[in-house]
Amino acid sequence: MTFFEMTKTVLKSVFSRPATLMYPVKPAKKTEATRGHVKIDPTKCITCRICQRKCPTQAICVDVKEKTWEIDQMRCVVCAICVDTCPTKSLTMDNQYRPAMTARGGLEKFTVAGPKKKELVAADAAKPVTE
Amino acid sequence: MSKQITIPFGPQHPVLPEPLHLDLVLEDEKVVDVIPTIGYVHRGLEKLVEKREYTEYVFIAERICGICSFIHSQTYVQGIEQIMGLEIPERTQYLRTIWSEYSRLHSHLLWLGCFADSMGFESVFMNAWRLREHILDDLEATTGGRVIQGVCKVGGVRRDISPEKLDEMVKGLKGIEHQLQDLTNVFLHDSSIQHRLKGIGVLSKEDAYYFGAVGPTARGSGLAIDIRETGYAAFGKINFKPVVEYDGDCYARCAVRAKEMFTSIDIIEQCVKKIPDGPVDMKVTGAPDGEYLSRAEQPRGEVIHYIKGNGKKNLVRHRVRTPTFTNIPPLVTLLKGCELADVPVIVLTIDPCIGCAER
Repeated sequence: MTFFEMTKTVLKSVFSRPATLMYPVKPAKKTEATRGHVKIDPTKCITCRICQRKCPTQAICVDVKEKTWEIDQMRCVVCAICVDTCPTKSLTMDNQYRPAMTARGGLEKFTVAGPKKKELVAADAAKPVTE
Repeated sequence: MSKQITIPFGPQHPVLPEPLHLDLVLEDEKVVDVIPTIGYVHRGLEKLVEKREYTEYVFIAERICGICSFIHSQTYVQGIEQIMGLEIPERTQYLRTIWSEYSRLHSHLLWLGCFADSMGFESVFMNAWRLREHILDDLEATTGGRVIQGVCKVGGVRRDISPEKLDEMVKGLKGIEHQLQDLTNVFLHDSSIQHRLKGIGVLSKEDAYYFGAVGPTARGSGLAIDIRETGYAAFGKINFKPVVEYDGDCYARCAVRAKEMFTSIDIIEQCVKKIPDGPVDMKVTGAPDGEYLSRAEQPRGEVIHYIKGNGKKNLVRHRVRTPTFTNIPPLVTLLKGCELADVPVIVLTIDPCIGCAER
């Protein structure tokens, strides 16, 4: 049995700042690598649907005809596999947690650019139209 | 013979973070029989393996448990790699070892806090969780997640740690090692804690072996069972000895966990010294065809992932045997003959994780 073993720790605790954070009044600690929530840049999305197929919780729904990209933030488990596999890097991981929401919320829908149309190149335009 | 009465313990009980139900058959204040019931949080995660691709299932395997999450994904991924015959880069093995030891540290500190709190020793609870915060910060900075790391993938890991960060991690661990030493000294040498734990809930070496105890429960009874000694990941290249205590009582199991934290810090330091340069992942093509029993040492003991594939993207069968599930028969043996007032403490010394046990 030892005596006053805890004194050092107690004194340290008295004279140091609290170990707890007043979250959410003060923002939580964040690092570069923190996975907060998925963000999309709609102008880059080509509706390839790789994110929809890779998502382990089926939180992402892409409509190719309507050109929409939809995520259910309540289903999303922030594993970042969509961000890793996105071929055009339109998906990014924000390191801020998403704000609290109700059970009905969470659906976010974006109208995206869709696949790139083949632009007419000068050489094509110069070709004479046959038939 | 006095009259027997049955007292329900759980599924909702102040000391239990998760639902485990025990029917305690009492004679006066003495427990004569225990009937355990599980199944309150069953989620059917193993069945999902038929619906998801084997590469995506890593994230589901990780979510079997909220504390030993990294080791679950590591064990699953190891199994897949063994079936497919992948030679993964050596740096990856070391990184996995470092992260698995980090999760052991965070699990043991969590247990220490909860256990002390269950006995009314709240200052240890707060100090243990403050130290745990340091571990979680390091995990978040290196993997991106505090509790669910999501960093393992088939064929490697998704993130590398820079050499500067590795040195910083070791420095940080050295910094908290003194505080950890103070904390465990206070916890293990406190007279009221010794009164509460010594000679209570004794599991003999033979019983531990016969009932299949694993992890600190077995090592507290003198059985030197540690799957890390089989040398999976980079453990084969690391010098360490499993912590073994011989008394078999509650105090011995606590002492094993408290001392294991220092072993973990030592293993991380050795890994950082020995870690080679190189790639951290490799390209994986094809699908697993065959079956494998993948084993690893979790904070609570040995975990086994049985994986069977038939050459298609979806696996055929996935079965997990978790340490808590194996530790329930020894728990029943421990409880027989003890006093009713000691039941909560004895239950917590096997560190039950019901989320794991039911999947």
